[in-house]
Amino acid sequence: MSDNAKISGFIGKKVLRLISLLLVVSFVSFMLVQYSPIDPVRAYLGEMSVSAEHKAKLEEYWGVNTPPKEKFLNWAGSLLKGDFGDSLIYRMPVTDVIKERFTASLALMASSWLISGVLGFILGIASGMYKGTLFDRAIKTYCYVLTATPTFWLALVLLMVFSVQLGWFPIGLSVPIGVTAENVTFFDRIEHLILPALTLSILGVAQIAMFTREKLIEVMSSDYVLFAKARGEKGLDLVLRHGIRNVALPAITLQFLSFSELFGGTVLVEQVFSYPGIGQATVAAGLRSDVPLLLGVVLVSAVFVFSGNLIADIIYEFIDPRMKQQESTT
Amino acid sequence: MSTAVVTVNRSLFPRLNLRQKTLLIIGFTSLLLLAIVVSSLFVDGDSLPTDFSSRNLAPSFEHPFGTDWMGRDMFTRTLEGLGLSIVIGAFASLISAVLTVILGLLSSAGKAADSFVSWLVDLSLSIPHLLLIILISIGLGGGAAGVITGVALTHWTSLTRVVRAEIKQLKAQEYIHISRNLGKSKWWIATKHILPHLIPQIILGTILLFPHAILHEASVTFLGFGLSPHEPAIGIILSESMRYLSAGYWWLAFFPGLSLLIVVLAFDMIGENLGKLMDPKNAHE
Repeated sequence: MSDNAKISGFIGKKVLRLISLLLVVSFVSFMLVQYSPIDPVRAYLGEMSVSAEHKAKLEEYWGVNTPPKEKFLNWAGSLLKGDFGDSLIYRMPVTDVIKERFTASLALMASSWLISGVLGFILGIASGMYKGTLFDRAIKTYCYVLTATPTFWLALVLLMVFSVQLGWFPIGLSVPIGVTAENVTFFDRIEHLILPALTLSILGVAQIAMFTREKLIEVMSSDYVLFAKARGEKGLDLVLRHGIRNVALPAITLQFLSFSELFGGTVLVEQVFSYPGIGQATVAAGLRSDVPLLLGVVLVSAVFVFSGNLIADIIYEFIDPRMKQQESTT
Repeated sequence: MSTAVVTVNRSLFPRLNLRQKTLLIIGFTSLLLLAIVVSSLFVDGDSLPTDFSSRNLAPSFEHPFGTDWMGRDMFTRTLEGLGLSIVIGAFASLISAVLTVILGLLSSAGKAADSFVSWLVDLSLSIPHLLLIILISIGLGGGAAGVITGVALTHWTSLTRVVRAEIKQLKAQEYIHISRNLGKSKWWIATKHILPHLIPQIILGTILLFPHAILHEASVTFLGFGLSPHEPAIGIILSESMRYLSAGYWWLAFFPGLSLLIVVLAFDMIGENLGKLMDPKNAHE
């Protein structure tokens, strides 16, 4: 197969995949929300009491009495035109809400994704190099404990230590309260970003470090490393030349596959730090039955996770030379 | 991964070999978890008097985890929450395991069924788990049923992958070919040859599902989609504690979360050590 045919086949397959995925996801999530026994108007009002007249008006606004089939067709129809509908709680188009919120979250996710990736990789390499030593055991225990740590609890502890007790960081939000948008400095944003990003980074390190460690140990016990050792290579040079090259690609792939957990972690962390990102919007939409916004977030997150998986696939199919070799031998 | 724990034991029990130590670890942690569940059953709501004279007390000998704003002992509340978490985790993991067995056997039935199963796996991996649990929980109206279903329906994927791979490998074995040539039915082969091999894998996988299930339940409850605020769940305790953070009542959040972490670690430890015992490749270690 020529390269061009392979690439176009790959793209075609992925596009079909994405379309079928979005169709099923939108249908299933719509049905779940539609047939929920939770009364959306009640959920919106909370404990407030209102007149019957007002309630009827709200019910109409929420579309409670529209038949489900008609509702789905309306929603899906406008979705095809790129219109996600209007958010009921923010009272503006869902696309605007998501765009605004997602940008805020993206800063958080990207920074913690990078930090945890780089740090985890370095820790994994170091602990694999010194396998069996006290340092290796310390790293292993650290990772082991971290995988068992509830994300939101770590966020709470960091918040208590650094914001409440030490007062180094603000308690929440992405910008200071009572400052107009123009006066928010870049530094302010960074200051509000540090703790949430730190929480996600600390937790993200565990998986990638353990994986890198295992891989490195596997590589270091291979024949070509034994041969390199026989040639007189040793120490860091050996690891740099033979280890890292072989470990880096699978590790990067794994990091791209973690988009789904990254999103979940962001939702929890944003809730604790009241960081106005996509996660907080999701929780608000869910708790107060903002169906258009919730469905919009679900679709966007599906695309987000899909793109992470896609990049991982691309690395596998086109960048990793071993894959090509395997194909030609079979 | 639990070599750190094993080394501690090495100095404590010098006479035991590794296998005995592994068994000892499993025994101790299981006992701990069992004790938590049993004691949480005996402690019911009545033993939590609201005592306004002793509210927001810092940890002391009388109240090891402190008290909350209604004067309730946090240690008792945490214990109850952990018991609840373990029970919910058990239900969710068991349902997940049953789903896995059904889907795993289905995938061995034929090519179309197999691609259907892998399509299902891909589908449920394509939405962030937390979001999917929230959606399912909303769909079922929240509460324990919503959370259990949500967690159960999102956690079968990893185990199903393992089981599928295992089945594929088993089906290439010679004794299965022989069986087939002898005219045994597909059902006979599936139940007599394949299922016995899978049982240890599935038991182990179910135990290893526990930590994830517990953590996800707590997360979803924390966000407000899970158990109702009247239940003494860990997620509820932690989300309540957020209101008192800036007042400096750190014990409200610190101890319940730490206990949850320990329970999750204990399950991980049981799983890892059981795995060591069951895997013949590691038996010589």
